[in-house]
Amino acid sequence: TNTTTPSSDAPRTVTLIPGDGIGPEISNSVQKIFEAANVPLDWESVDVTPVKSPDGKFRIPLRAIESVTKHRIGLKGPLATPVGKGHQSLNLALRKQFNLFANVRPCKTLEGFQTPYTNVDLVTIRENTEGEYSGIEHTIVPGVVQSIKLITEHASMRVCEYAFLYAKLHKREKVTVVHKANIMRLSDGLFLQSARNVAEKYPEIKFEEMYLDTVCLKMVQDPTQFDCLVMPNLYGDILSDLCAGLIGGLGLTPSGNIGENGAAIFEAVHGTAPDIAGHDKANPTALLLSAVMMLRHLNLTDKADRIEKACFATIKDGKVLTGDLGGKSKCSEYTAEICRRVKDSS
Amino acid sequence: STNWRTAYGGKYTVTLIHGDGVGPELMQHVKAAIRCVRAPIDFEDIPLSSNVANDEMFERAVTAVKRNGIALKGNISSQNTTRSLNVLLRTRLNLYANVIRCKTNPVVPTRHSDIDIIVIRENTEGEYSSLEHESVPGVVESLKIITRAKSLKIARFAFEVAKHDGRKKVTAVHKANIMKLSDGLFIECCREVAAEYPDIKFDTMIVDNTCMQLVNRPTQFDVMVMPNLYGNIVANVCAGLVGGSGFVAGSNYGDHYAIFEQGTRNTGMGIAGKNIANPSGMLFAAANMLKYLGLKEHCSAIKNAVLTTIEKHKLKTPDIGGTATTTEFIECVLKEIVQMTPPTGFD
Ligand SMILES: Nc1ncnc2c1ncn2[C@@H]1O[C@H](COP(=O)(O)OP(=O)(O)OP(=O)(O)O)[C@@H](O)[C@H]1O
Ligand SMILES: Nc1ncnc2c1ncn2[C@@H]1O[C@H](COP(=O)(O)OP(=O)(O)OP(=O)(O)O)[C@@H](O)[C@H]1O
Ligand SMILES: [Mg+2]
Ligand SMILES: [Mg+2]
Repeated sequence: TNTTTPSSDAPRTVTLIPGDGIGPEISNSVQKIFEAANVPLDWESVDVTPVKSPDGKFRIPLRAIESVTKHRIGLKGPLATPVGKGHQSLNLALRKQFNLFANVRPCKTLEGFQTPYTNVDLVTIRENTEGEYSGIEHTIVPGVVQSIKLITEHASMRVCEYAFLYAKLHKREKVTVVHKANIMRLSDGLFLQSARNVAEKYPEIKFEEMYLDTVCLKMVQDPTQFDCLVMPNLYGDILSDLCAGLIGGLGLTPSGNIGENGAAIFEAVHGTAPDIAGHDKANPTALLLSAVMMLRHLNLTDKADRIEKACFATIKDGKVLTGDLGGKSKCSEYTAEICRRVKDSS
Repeated sequence: STNWRTAYGGKYTVTLIHGDGVGPELMQHVKAAIRCVRAPIDFEDIPLSSNVANDEMFERAVTAVKRNGIALKGNISSQNTTRSLNVLLRTRLNLYANVIRCKTNPVVPTRHSDIDIIVIRENTEGEYSSLEHESVPGVVESLKIITRAKSLKIARFAFEVAKHDGRKKVTAVHKANIMKLSDGLFIECCREVAAEYPDIKFDTMIVDNTCMQLVNRPTQFDVMVMPNLYGNIVANVCAGLVGGSGFVAGSNYGDHYAIFEQGTRNTGMGIAGKNIANPSGMLFAAANMLKYLGLKEHCSAIKNAVLTTIEKHKLKTPDIGGTATTTEFIECVLKEIVQMTPPTGFD
């Protein structure tokens, strides 16, 4: 078939981190669907379970880091959050290693899955390296704590530039910068000014400034008025979850972490679902849609469209659905149904 | 224990801070309603707005609230001023608690039903401390301050509200997984206070999950308490769920003074002067103020008149799915108030 591999003809390799709990099942499902669609990609599967290094600390296996470093693109299943095991979380390690500065979460209503909100189609782009997550906190005197929110022009420009670039590539019409510069004049003011500066370079894209509170108010009243939103870290954390809620929760929302020079890791934002792990009951949609984002990031647009269509059609049809969507089918049956539709469409 | 405000000569004086946008027009409607219900109230008008924002006018506002103990307020737009005057007023008067109640009304179109949430927000510190500096060009630090004293105070306030209102649960909203010290302290204070109220259930929830839960299953929430910025977010989400800016009232309490206003504190610049603003929220705010002064019948008359206008006469402004103008709405409210008020007035 006629594919659109960007540079060479040799299939590109991407790193696959199947993850924990339901991770392996849903990763397997994505691999099957990619195979059915003849996606010209090879997977390199790596385990990221922390191992004890010579200094006695638990670290992410070197092989995993090397794989992502080499391929620069990864797809990641959910990881069990290691509580108090005293090692750096993989998320943090990867974010640092590849400067994953932007978290992108498209939220699109899945026809056939009813929520009180219809026709939602927006994307939140969150600054991912600084802000309220700087981790700088101290107790000044007993009973008085100070947390520092750090905003830099460099990071603000970087994420705003990505937001406009994303909007342009994905044919989005409007970018809304979400801020609270009426209260945090300097910090959010800097973010806002960065957005304004970038907006000037994209006259074809509508630019809108809105207070965080007003966005929250309007988002729950009528989310269809939003298109692409860009914001500092904490606001992005909150709004991206709120938006996921509009379309039915984390089980359906994909996400991508974008780094410098095209590096990117795509992941499902839901947890490991230990209660259903190994029972062939998990819904692979969020990971599949993350993989679809990955294809678009790699300019494999045709493949992305075909897979996405097959997935949406399966959900809309409503006959083969997993339990969390109110169906009775197994993960493997749902996967097979999508594969069938993918093949039919070729 | 709020019934301490003295009525000189049998009358209370209420400060009216006009603000911007729809503020001035709504103040006029509130005045009309309060006169109509024959509440023993005099008004002291303070035309503080972003256009009249000099120090003298601001001090006049502060003095007036201190003297009268109470105010109704339109929101002041933060353009033109170097700091938000709304924030300055709250901190000057130490109005540490912001309260908004979000309740669905069957005839106001919403996506969820049976919501009845009280959002209680710390109002004077946190992210609104206005402590910011540019360390080197292009690098800005903004401080969030959480204190034990204020956290305990707001937590106690929340449990007292819950107790008096017969509520079953208080949920503290936080992000202590990231802000371990600051939000950690907030949660710790809430826990401490919760221990003194064994009849009221207490739980905690991370702010991002809270927002997701709010748009999915809002009826799981009862009373919610949180630091300043999360309060701003959650209050607006909740207000959006039950009808929006024009329909929800809010109040700010300190140990000595109280200010009543629209719940989401918007100026509504875009709809000002068009006779389409929804006066319900501000009328509810005025009613809450009357109740705070101990004027219970006057409060009920105004509240019921607004509800009857919406429910029975089906008059609604465009923001809640109707076609009525502000003046049509208010005329109906006034007629209803007259019906509800005995000829001799309430005692
Ligand atoms: N992809 C999925 N398909 C089906 N059900 C899911 C999926 N992801 C989550 N769930 C369900 O949603 C609920 C919450 O799951 P989730 O894994 O997020 O929880 P968790 O206990 O927080 O896990 P973790 O500790 O990994 O974060 C569970 O009942 C789980 O079965
Ligand atoms: N009394 C009201 N009746 C109807 N709609 C209202 C009312 N007050 C505010 N709104 C609406 O609520 C929304 C948010 O208000 P507003 O535009 O004031 O937001 P904002 O972001 O706070 O801007 P600013 O404060 O700078 O004006 C707007 O759509 C506004 O029209
Ligand atoms: Mg989150
Ligand atoms: Mg405002």
